[in-house]
Amino acid sequence: MYSKGFRSLALATVVTLATALTLVFFYAPLDADQGFIQKIFYVHVPMAIVALGGFVAGGVMAIRHLRSGDPSWDVRSYVAIHLSIILGVGVLATGAIWAKASWGHWWVWDEPVLVSFLVVFLLYCVYYPLRFSIEDPGRQARYSSVFAIAAGAFVPLNFIAVRLAEAYTHPRVLSQTGGSLPGEMRLTFLVSLLAMTLLFVTLWKLELTAKHAAMQLRRLKRRLAEREVVTT
Amino acid sequence: MIAAAGAILRKDLRLELRTKESVPAMTLFTLTVYVLFHFGLDRDSLDGELAAGVLWVTLLLAAVIGVSRLFAAEREQGGIDGLLLAPVDRTALFVAKAAALFLFLAAVEVVAVPAFGLLLLGPELGGALPELIAVLALADLGIATVGALVAALAAETNARELIVPLLLLPLMVPVLIASAQATEPLLRQDQGPEDLARWLGVLTLYDVVFVLLSVAVFDYLLED
Repeated sequence: MYSKGFRSLALATVVTLATALTLVFFYAPLDADQGFIQKIFYVHVPMAIVALGGFVAGGVMAIRHLRSGDPSWDVRSYVAIHLSIILGVGVLATGAIWAKASWGHWWVWDEPVLVSFLVVFLLYCVYYPLRFSIEDPGRQARYSSVFAIAAGAFVPLNFIAVRLAEAYTHPRVLSQTGGSLPGEMRLTFLVSLLAMTLLFVTLWKLELTAKHAAMQLRRLKRRLAEREVVTT
Repeated sequence: MIAAAGAILRKDLRLELRTKESVPAMTLFTLTVYVLFHFGLDRDSLDGELAAGVLWVTLLLAAVIGVSRLFAAEREQGGIDGLLLAPVDRTALFVAKAAALFLFLAAVEVVAVPAFGLLLLGPELGGALPELIAVLALADLGIATVGALVAALAAETNARELIVPLLLLPLMVPVLIASAQATEPLLRQDQGPEDLARWLGVLTLYDVVFVLLSVAVFDYLLED
């Protein structure tokens, strides 16, 4: 049910990822002050944007679940948040590497985006203990959805508060990376962002298909077991 | 709905007055944390950023106790079934629980803030009191709203004690930022430049978003 068009999607992902990597290494110019390390930007920033988008998408799917009562939307929301948390680990790791290379520290507290991301990441990590400490499936889906919605609303609020707090002590230009990119870098960045988004959607569909198959298998096994009980 | 919320709130307040479970424990906890900070920081008096940080972290940690106790009586005595069977809107339950938590926090702060002034704060507390009360009121509203939501989310899990602090504290980060930044100039030796309006604005935005959101989603919690 989730595997429709999966082959072409996966193919498109592979092609776009390969194109993005080629552009990153052979087309985009070297950054004047940061040099080669700046290339991590093409992984780090798209990953962060896709992860945050995944969190918010998880919230929207949770709203659809609460509205329709259809448990498949809860599974979609769960998988989206799950993948975003995995990407989040990547974001924090690449962010730390980039910070070490360009500022000399593994972690900088006066970078508002990084700090807000950490807070959001810590909040979403609680999704697992919350979800898996509720046994009743219907209630599990409902409570997880409420969490996903509240946390989704929290994401922009938290960014506003952290950015204001940093602007208070360190006035800074709003966007230092996105605003004034030269054309070649911008194209590379956009292709990388597209590749990361496609990768996310592909993995999301793959995970959904796997979950669906596992559920069907369990159902068939249960039916088989019942039949054996009847015949013996 | 207001009548139902009022009835539940009265019940919670009467229960608290008779059992004295949450508020004294939270107050005692704040005093203990002040002592811990005194030794941890090895400072006899604090001012400015450090004072604001210590005060707000202590209040938030005390709020965790209040939130984890919020549905305790209903759960232990089985009163939750009665509440859920009653033909009233879930929103009434949410409003009553948030109001009860708000009043508990206010009662704790009546003791905890002067005690902070007495034990740890360098500058006098007196002059900044009206501004401080405004910040406390807006922050308490945010804590009470999110606290009631988190308490309801955690009420049905097997790992309540674990979920409440893990869930509540990250959600409180914007409140902590805004309150600590708003309080910091008030607690300085030389009353510095203030930026109160901006932080009260952030707190108000937070409160409005979470009040609306909680009212919208609370119906889906505590079902069956």
